[in-house]
Amino acid sequence: MEEAPEEYLEALYKLTRDGNPIKTTELAKQLGVTAASATQMLQKLAKRGCVEYIPYRGARLTQEGKSEGAKMTRKHRLLETFLVSVLKMRGDKAHAQACELEHHLSDEAEEALCRILKHPEFCADDKMPIPPCDSPFTSCAECMAAGTHYESKREKPIKALTFLKRGESAKIAFIRAGRGAVQRLCDMGLTPGAQVRMVTSAPLKGPVEIEVRGSKLAIGWGIASRIFVEAESLV
Amino acid sequence: MSDAQDELRIALAGNANVGKSVIFNELTGLSQVIGNWPGKTVKKATGTLFFEGRRLSIIDLPGIYSFSTFSEEELVSRQYIAEERPDVIVNVVDATVLERNLFFTLQLMELEVPFVVALNMYDIAKRTGIDIDVQRLSAELGVPVIPTVAVKRVGLTEMLRAAIQVALQRPPPRPRRLSYGPEIESRVMLLTQMIKSKGRSGSYPPRWTAIKLLERDSEVETMVSDRAILDEAARLRSEIESIHGEPIGTVITSERYTLAHRICSTSLTFREKPRPTLSGRIDSLTTHGLWGYVLMALITIGMFYAVFSFGKWASGILESALDLFRPLLQNLLGPGPVGKILVEGLVEGLFAGIAIAIPFILPFYLMLSVLEDSGYLARIAFLMDAAMHRMGLHGKAFIPMLLGFGCNVPAVLGCRIMETRRERLIAAFVSTLVPCTARTIVILALVGKYLGVTYALSLYVIDIGIIFALGRVAYKTLPGEPIGLIMEMPSYKKPSGRVIARQTWFRVSGFVKLAFPIIAFAGAAIKAAEIAGVLNILSDAISPITVGLLGLPSVVGVLLIVGILRKELTVLMLATLLGTPHFDAVLSPLQMYIFAFVVMLYIPCVATIAALVEEFNWKDAAYVTIFEIVFATAAGGLLYRILLALGWH
Repeated sequence: MEEAPEEYLEALYKLTRDGNPIKTTELAKQLGVTAASATQMLQKLAKRGCVEYIPYRGARLTQEGKSEGAKMTRKHRLLETFLVSVLKMRGDKAHAQACELEHHLSDEAEEALCRILKHPEFCADDKMPIPPCDSPFTSCAECMAAGTHYESKREKPIKALTFLKRGESAKIAFIRAGRGAVQRLCDMGLTPGAQVRMVTSAPLKGPVEIEVRGSKLAIGWGIASRIFVEAESLV
Repeated sequence: MSDAQDELRIALAGNANVGKSVIFNELTGLSQVIGNWPGKTVKKATGTLFFEGRRLSIIDLPGIYSFSTFSEEELVSRQYIAEERPDVIVNVVDATVLERNLFFTLQLMELEVPFVVALNMYDIAKRTGIDIDVQRLSAELGVPVIPTVAVKRVGLTEMLRAAIQVALQRPPPRPRRLSYGPEIESRVMLLTQMIKSKGRSGSYPPRWTAIKLLERDSEVETMVSDRAILDEAARLRSEIESIHGEPIGTVITSERYTLAHRICSTSLTFREKPRPTLSGRIDSLTTHGLWGYVLMALITIGMFYAVFSFGKWASGILESALDLFRPLLQNLLGPGPVGKILVEGLVEGLFAGIAIAIPFILPFYLMLSVLEDSGYLARIAFLMDAAMHRMGLHGKAFIPMLLGFGCNVPAVLGCRIMETRRERLIAAFVSTLVPCTARTIVILALVGKYLGVTYALSLYVIDIGIIFALGRVAYKTLPGEPIGLIMEMPSYKKPSGRVIARQTWFRVSGFVKLAFPIIAFAGAAIKAAEIAGVLNILSDAISPITVGLLGLPSVVGVLLIVGILRKELTVLMLATLLGTPHFDAVLSPLQMYIFAFVVMLYIPCVATIAALVEEFNWKDAAYVTIFEIVFATAAGGLLYRILLALGWH
């Protein structure tokens, strides 16, 4: 069976999260296809501007590819969560089903699904993080309150605070947390739109140290990964 | 009372880490009393001083960032300010982080209380290239602003004069009224009118009540408890939310920060672009993914080594000094049962307290104060956050646990740094399982001496495993929302000798006041029980556990009861009871190992139980105590059987 380009984007999104490119042979192995068909598809995606080749190191997603990969992954994991936790399907079956359904899920349905599942952070089956949505809300509470679909999209791509590089600055876009935690972070100066700068981060899912409004804050990895910032670059 | 009329109450309020406590200590000297607020568990410190012929009572409020109901400190602080109405508030702000500090100042303005601003760390701000137009800032806020350098006592006299002047002014001066954006402001005014006409704002200003109702503050909603007002507030709130497209808490907080930013930008100029400071460079080394940990290990090991070597030396000297008093007291009080209870119970307990407090706890606190005042403690919390998450706590909880290796009492008291009661309780619970100095003495004297250091270390490893496992269980079973680490990272600074000396003194005297009476009286009670023969009856009663379950000789029953007092007594008395200091003649290696294991876990000592009662309540202290007794006997019995099966005997 030939895999859809979306499957490649999804796989690349998952396998190149650390920012390192992946070898064509490795990607082919992961997807269970021949190296030749993987090369062919990667070339197709590169033409579309989703993938870039780095000589001797392999393929990597571009900005655009990354957004598309995140979107597909988000749809896949939301669907899988729905199938497992609401419809009580078995994990492996849910996964296969989600693979098929994700191509037909509209953005509006994706948003509604997220609301009905109470904005889950992780896939109910394999516990992988669900990428954030691209609607213009500043928090999940706001999206829940609105309860309707927004046509407009955020202008800039967003990523979790934990993915900021040392010294990199960004603007707070939205916070995926309960009312109490959002209020606490706002009180400390992390309001939507505030400029933050990454100072340093501890290894092994340790906390991050950031600078905001002239003060330095240490924030645990769990909370930091739920604070999303507008980034100049997704990589 | 003419005295009370002359007395002015001055409350210090502001963010954490701005130097409030330094100002408090500089003003009140050594007269600090830690007391409870009526019905509250949050501690405040009060002290008095005489200043220019006037008696001033100074209240140090906990360091907070906002008046929301995120933590008990925030709630209690605003209740204190609104209900107890201090004559004036000194809002201490950190001049180097002005914007975030002004965010709190703006909320004080909304409470419409008379206050002055102490612009602290003014020298550091100047040094790092921040120029603050003090007059401009004062005009913007509508209150006096006094630059201070608390650690050097600079500006404190001027600050007190300004505060007294504001306190005596009639009618009391009001800070400037702040205006939000028009769409919020109009709704705040509407709601304020409604609250005013119905008189439902208690001791709070109607405008403040209106803002808090819009923010959906549950405490204020309960206070108002008027259907019509609450419905109107809900309607206005949803209007604001739909205009801004954001939840109300975020809207109002953002507006306040916008105001703070505006005030900042009018009165503050950066002389030069902030360049990498020395503090910044030290910070990047001490939080480094590898070197940070190496440095932390070196610092903590060095600290323990220093404390224990000093402690051993000093306690030897102290004990021989106290030995001189013993015959004197024995002669004075006579050899009768009363004399015995007094000398061998009460006095002996006090002596032991002195022999532990001064040699071990004093240097431990001293070093801790150095780490704290320099800013390094926050880096330890940062580095340990990931590890502490494995047991459901966050990085800050590592600090009380570190204290626990010295003594569990300050560890339990140190759990105050945790934000919520739930986290305080989990942290206190795991802290009581940390092997303190006394337990280290038992482990070294038995297992370390007769079985070797490896076996002694194995006990520590088992203990740390147990701490992680039980911490995880407590995290899963206790109700409430877990909160991750959100902590300010203070800049590094040179520790001030005066501040450290004061802090150490407060802590040691706090420990002495809490622990000494309990150790002394419990000592007398146990001595009385021994003379009356009750101790042996109790020991016999628990012999099915000590002999049957744990495979220990029956005499240890007495030791385990006495050990509740102080755990190192168990080995000291073992020698007397067995009639020989050569434990290997009467105890098998297995028995020593099991005995040390049980002593390590079986109960928090009385002083620790007292600390638990002080910080929580009788019920929680009882739960922790009973759990640990049951757990230690069960785990001890299990370990005994496992080791037997492994071929020990």
